[in-house]
Amino acid sequence: MTDDELIWRIAGGSGDGIDSTSQNFAKALMRSGLNVFTHRHYPSRIRGGHTYVEIRAKDEPVKSRGDNYNFLLALGDSFARNPQEEAYYGNEEIKPLTENLDELREGGVIVYDSGLLDASEIENFDERAEENDWHVYDLDLRGLAKEHGREVMRNTAGVGATAALLDMDLEHIKGLMSDAMSGDVLEANIQILEEAYESVNEDYEHTHDLRAPTGTQDEEQVLVSGSHGIAYGSLDEGCRFISGYPMTPWTDVFTIMTQHLPEMGGISEQVEDEIAAASLAIGASHAGAKAMSGSSGGGFALMSEPLGLAEMTETPIVLVESMRAGGSTGMPTKPEQGDLEHVLYTSQGDSNRVVFAPGDAAECYRQTRKAFEIAYEYQIPSIVIYDQKLSGGHQTVPEEVFDQEPNPDIGSVTTEQDLEEAVQEAGRFKRYMYDDEGERGGVSPRSIPGQKGGNFLASGNEHNEVGHISEDPDNRVLQMNRRMSKLESIRDELAENADHQTVYGPEDAEYGILSWGSTKGVVEEAVDVLNEQGHSVKAMNVSDMMPFAKDEVTAFLESVDEALVVEMNATAQFRRHVQGQLGRFGEKLYSLLKYDGNPFEPREVVSGFESRIGGEADLSQYNVRIESATGD
Amino acid sequence: MSAFNAIGEEREIDRDEFTPEIEPQATWCPGCGDFGVLKALKQAMPEVGRTPEETLLVTGIGCSGKLSSYFKSYGFHSIHGRALPVARAAKMANPDLEVIAAGGDGDGYGIGGNHFMHTARENHDMTYIVFDNEIFGLTKGQTSPTSPKGHKSKTQPHGSAKQPIRPLSLALTSGASYVARTAAVNPNQAKEILTEAMEHDGFAHVDFLTQCPTWNKDAKQYVPYIDVQDSDDYDFDITDRGEASEMMQKAENALYEGEVLTGRFYHDEDRPSYQEEKQATGDMPEEPLAERYFDDDYEWERSYDLLERHK
Repeated sequence: MTDDELIWRIAGGSGDGIDSTSQNFAKALMRSGLNVFTHRHYPSRIRGGHTYVEIRAKDEPVKSRGDNYNFLLALGDSFARNPQEEAYYGNEEIKPLTENLDELREGGVIVYDSGLLDASEIENFDERAEENDWHVYDLDLRGLAKEHGREVMRNTAGVGATAALLDMDLEHIKGLMSDAMSGDVLEANIQILEEAYESVNEDYEHTHDLRAPTGTQDEEQVLVSGSHGIAYGSLDEGCRFISGYPMTPWTDVFTIMTQHLPEMGGISEQVEDEIAAASLAIGASHAGAKAMSGSSGGGFALMSEPLGLAEMTETPIVLVESMRAGGSTGMPTKPEQGDLEHVLYTSQGDSNRVVFAPGDAAECYRQTRKAFEIAYEYQIPSIVIYDQKLSGGHQTVPEEVFDQEPNPDIGSVTTEQDLEEAVQEAGRFKRYMYDDEGERGGVSPRSIPGQKGGNFLASGNEHNEVGHISEDPDNRVLQMNRRMSKLESIRDELAENADHQTVYGPEDAEYGILSWGSTKGVVEEAVDVLNEQGHSVKAMNVSDMMPFAKDEVTAFLESVDEALVVEMNATAQFRRHVQGQLGRFGEKLYSLLKYDGNPFEPREVVSGFESRIGGEADLSQYNVRIESATGD
Repeated sequence: MSAFNAIGEEREIDRDEFTPEIEPQATWCPGCGDFGVLKALKQAMPEVGRTPEETLLVTGIGCSGKLSSYFKSYGFHSIHGRALPVARAAKMANPDLEVIAAGGDGDGYGIGGNHFMHTARENHDMTYIVFDNEIFGLTKGQTSPTSPKGHKSKTQPHGSAKQPIRPLSLALTSGASYVARTAAVNPNQAKEILTEAMEHDGFAHVDFLTQCPTWNKDAKQYVPYIDVQDSDDYDFDITDRGEASEMMQKAENALYEGEVLTGRFYHDEDRPSYQEEKQATGDMPEEPLAERYFDDDYEWERSYDLLERHK
């Protein structure tokens, strides 16, 4: 699109330090006053294989990865040279160049490591470069790194070359290096950085126009991922117990929490499987701690059983579901929004849980806090659902988002003084007391093991007021009604206190785009483009999946003629959820679906909208599909 | 003021305090071995000196899972096979609680086998009672992991082709630091073993032989027991893994040949509990985590103070 933005892509092999290098470079851009958004693309392999990280930097807010990119740093895949790997995976040496060319914008810049890559092996490379006005710089980054330090430091050489070509000041980069390294390693890296910077300036004529944008952002910002948002929200709610089993991309949250819990007096447990993980969270919560667990699709499937147990015993827990492309083990490192129905309806019986789908890193923080608050106040499991894209992608967020007071309140728990006067039956505390008048919002008094006068039995079987198993029909109806009524109370509370649904664009717009979770940012950028092009469009991103934000979504859909529902799955799960929850609007809704493992780009949403409204856009170049809603 | 005043209360404890006003006869058949477990557990509690309210009993499901209904303490009747993960986390959140987990042989050695292995490996300070009647009872008599080879049932009409699980050996190799076997028809020994198991600072596994008069009439639970500690025929050092292992294998071989050996098989008093191990590495707080939520003076750290690395 415009050149007021830099979209820098660093490509190489998995395990070559692409991720850490890009993190540092993204921070350097942030420190120069820019807004930053990163996108990670990697294979399900430990070493080797084509991987890239894209950093989009702009003075204005950035909400998505953007369309295509304009600067390629192709480092080469050092593992591709391993003959054994080659036999298995084929020759991947030139992939960092070939795999990325299709998406490089006209007039873009290519820097490649001539120490590892040979552009002459690539068919029509020069012709393509000329045709697209690409400006190609071949530098022996590997040789430079070897000369002054070690081969792995070629990333640093690449960053130095980038800085020279973009007219950037090296100070921010040097500062970040000294934060992370020391001694000889730091010295060598600084030397390589400066050598690369100088040699590019001295030996190469700069033929391109692209420069790093000027940043004017003076608000204090931090560079965080959605997983940081979730982890930090949990910590601020006083969560000090996490149990989990590693699974991509859930592992992001699990490891961040584990990094901090011991020093904060908390406990992190890696356990034998996901059934155990969720059961541990239940046990810890039952005993009086604020606890969480989580997983990704397949692991969450195992949690279906303990999730039902938490619902029935009314034990508060928060579960995180970090979606990756399914079904079964699907595509472990690729994003999708395919687990919505799984999370809403899994587990036996009429189930009753709260589900939030935050749309960006700041919302991850806020909605996770709300998830804990609701779980502990209403004694119900809450689920925070997000995806691989939001999990690992970093974005700049105002520091003040995190400048909040902790809330260690354990929710609706009875004190020992209250227990002295509490209603008992058969020597046991009425833990599951009926809420006859509905005055407690379906919530019954809760005691914690070790409290005097509070003994009761928590049971996954239907039980009476003191917790004893009961198949009495009247008791069943009273307990079911009480538990189910919590969702209505929570809906009321959310409508009053939480502003989880965001509306973007002109209020009186003719058309709407409805999205959920991580597609928020890309849709908002598409809305800007569409309105600039003369359409009249606004967007709503929905976070409250259960209880569903009925009133807000209804008002939005009533205010537009038609709405495009954008989501990353093949079966339009969110659109069907909207129709199911609202019982109408079928004639107004149509879906734009993408499920190829890559997140939406703004232009895809723009074209998706235009193909329906204008009937003109050509969608054949994209892996997206338009589908009409069924029913009315 | 502590939020958990029931914990550590020192007073005379009567076993009747553990009796709620609900009758086990409601679900357990006449002559069921489960009555013996309940009785032994109630008898052991005053010996251990723990009150009902500082005790958390977590059970699985099935006939054995009903133990938490008929034993008055804080209770958690969980799901088939999952008593252990629920129980061990409760113990971690509040190590001052007396935590007991209980379930059946199908529950504990079948569907919950993975949790059994890992809980033993970690050596949580808790007691695990497995009601071992060699049958699925509440689902009406199917072959269980401890049913003998050749056992016929509606689900194995031609006789089971599987070797039964060896629970004592499995507990030992997994890392349990206390392993014993007792039986419902041997109430004095059962009470003593349960007392010792609860007093043990580590994972105590008690394979509790319980007769099922309805579905497993042929089981050996009716034959006379031999207490390995009382018998001159068996001399071994229960603190020695090798000797304990050999003795367990003898007992496990003998069980299906009609000779029931019970008693203590392994007791390692030196191995630190999981809590101690985790505290030593700095991964677990010294004070009970659960207490902190009731302490108005506790200073909760904020994520804001972690942001330095993101700047």
